[in-house]
Amino acid sequence: MPRHWRWLVPYLFLIPGGLWLLAFFVVPMLVMASVSLQTGSLGTGYALTWNFGVYPEMIGAWAPQFERSLWYSIVVTALTLAVGYPMAYTIAFRGGRYKSILLLLVILPFFTAYIIRTLSWKLILADNGFVLGNLKDIGFLDDGFRIIATPIAVISGLTYNFLPFMVLPLYVALEKIDPKLVEAATDLYASRLQAFLRVTLPLSMPGVFAGSLLTFIPAVGDFINSEILGSRDTTMIGQIIQRLFLNNNAYPEAAALGFMLMAAVLALVFIYARFVGADELTR
Amino acid sequence: MTKRFGDVVAVDDLSLEVKPGEFFALLGPSGCGKTTTLRMIGGFEEVTSGSVYLGDTDVTDLPPFKRATNTVFQNYALFPHLTVFENIAFGLRRRKTPTNEIRHQVAFMLKLVELPGYEDRKPNQLSGGQQQRVALARALVNNPRVLLLDEPLGALDLKLRKQMQVELKRIQSEIGITFIFVTHDQEEAMTMSDRIAVMRAGRIEQLGQPEELYERPRTDFVAGFLGVSNLIDADVAGRDERFATLRLDGGTLLRAPAAYVNGAPRVRLGVRPEKLRVIALNDDTGDSVDADTNALDGTVLDASYIGVSTQYLVETPDGHKLTVYAQNLETSGAGEVLADGQRVRLTWKPQHTFVIGPAIGPMPAGDAELEEEPQVHA
Repeated sequence: MPRHWRWLVPYLFLIPGGLWLLAFFVVPMLVMASVSLQTGSLGTGYALTWNFGVYPEMIGAWAPQFERSLWYSIVVTALTLAVGYPMAYTIAFRGGRYKSILLLLVILPFFTAYIIRTLSWKLILADNGFVLGNLKDIGFLDDGFRIIATPIAVISGLTYNFLPFMVLPLYVALEKIDPKLVEAATDLYASRLQAFLRVTLPLSMPGVFAGSLLTFIPAVGDFINSEILGSRDTTMIGQIIQRLFLNNNAYPEAAALGFMLMAAVLALVFIYARFVGADELTR
Repeated sequence: MTKRFGDVVAVDDLSLEVKPGEFFALLGPSGCGKTTTLRMIGGFEEVTSGSVYLGDTDVTDLPPFKRATNTVFQNYALFPHLTVFENIAFGLRRRKTPTNEIRHQVAFMLKLVELPGYEDRKPNQLSGGQQQRVALARALVNNPRVLLLDEPLGALDLKLRKQMQVELKRIQSEIGITFIFVTHDQEEAMTMSDRIAVMRAGRIEQLGQPEELYERPRTDFVAGFLGVSNLIDADVAGRDERFATLRLDGGTLLRAPAAYVNGAPRVRLGVRPEKLRVIALNDDTGDSVDADTNALDGTVLDASYIGVSTQYLVETPDGHKLTVYAQNLETSGAGEVLADGQRVRLTWKPQHTFVIGPAIGPMPAGDAELEEEPQVHA
């Protein structure tokens, strides 16, 4: 290659991935945008009629599920953060030579399929399963007590399934922090708690942010946990979209819901980034 | 005090007193326990046994944030998410200093370390030398009784290091706070310190003023770690008021200050390379040696002209190899360097001979007396 073409080389490396994204992300997105604005039926065929009315219509029809998904995901993100932060902190600062083993344990659940893991939670939480059943037998719990089919079951399932997505970025962020900085803080009259709040926590914010996104975004669209662990009262928007697409063949409606979900997630992430401080991300 | 990590004794029954206002160096190779010693004084490492006093206060069990010591860490450990101002203000804020006072003191410190106007920079926008100054300001602003410095200049390049050595010394004399600093660089320790403790394997090998350590090392290790030494074993053949006579295995008689030799029949004598004078031996050179001079004949094995001086490696007939730094006072080029194989006579003053090994006399006059109460005592 002639010398003056050298500058092209880095861009050449972008081509395979770029083509991939074009074919499997950009094109489907445009197709879906078009589908959401079409009208018709499976029998008569669809035509692009720029039917923007489907958007407010869908919001009106599925507002509770929509809202529920966002709330569940916010709670799930908060819970994974609350459970995952101490975990990542301990592995990063106290893990010593067991660090890699502990990290392996964190990602070990990924070796089983998502559905299998969630199904096993159904067994664990079942009304007469070995946990609740035994607790009921010894009279610790009322016979009518149940977890399965409640929001608690769905939120627990989601929290469990997304915990590694929170722990790993947190670990990476915490691992990078020089323990000398904490020593320096305590040398400068900060108690252990103050050193954590003033030094460790702010420096781990990129991990908090990344982990929150990796948990929140897939959790909002999740259609497995509520399906398996929930009930009609816990239906999430992902399930609705899935049903509209695959069961009702209501493609424009499903596509419109999908786009609105995306818009809602983008808006919330934007607000969150402003709140956390987006410059933390790029540092 | 002693520090054990599992079975490893990092600091072995070390005892040390540092005087107020002193610039004190812990010098030694890596792994000698110098940093651990510093960390015990700062409270970052628990003391396995023994105690640390700051003035009259026993601080052995106090955490770092309750000790009147502050530390300049190796690689500085500046808070990357805070500005220079907030870095320096960190300690003051923790102690609830009023905002006005903080602004005042940070400004004063930035002036002291010659970085005014840098308040709003982040540490990653500073050069290594500037980060070093901020780290210094961040510790000093708290007005500690003792400032601990862990290899403070280790990350700087040579030129900057020399500059900061002078700076540190200036700042220390300006504010009068006791500095205890750890280094593996003997030249750095010699330039800056009032006193040096040379450490090895968790113990203090020798403690004293720089000149004293250099001119009269008391162990092989100190003789070799601070500068270069020529060491030769010899028998004590006799002594008078001022000098002891030492007989080398080849029969040559040399003299050393009598005070350095005490009892033991066999000792190790040493002399620094720059104290030796080289004279070329020709056929007409007489055998007579000035009575006040030590002399040793040998052959030049190797000569290298390095500008300010010429370094010779000279071998004596009984196989000792001596290094000589000959100042190029009269010579003006490599052409005047003595050739390999040239027979030479090395001469030096008997008082420049030091003695280490089994017999060690009392320290010569001028030894540092503790007149003030020790400030740090471990």
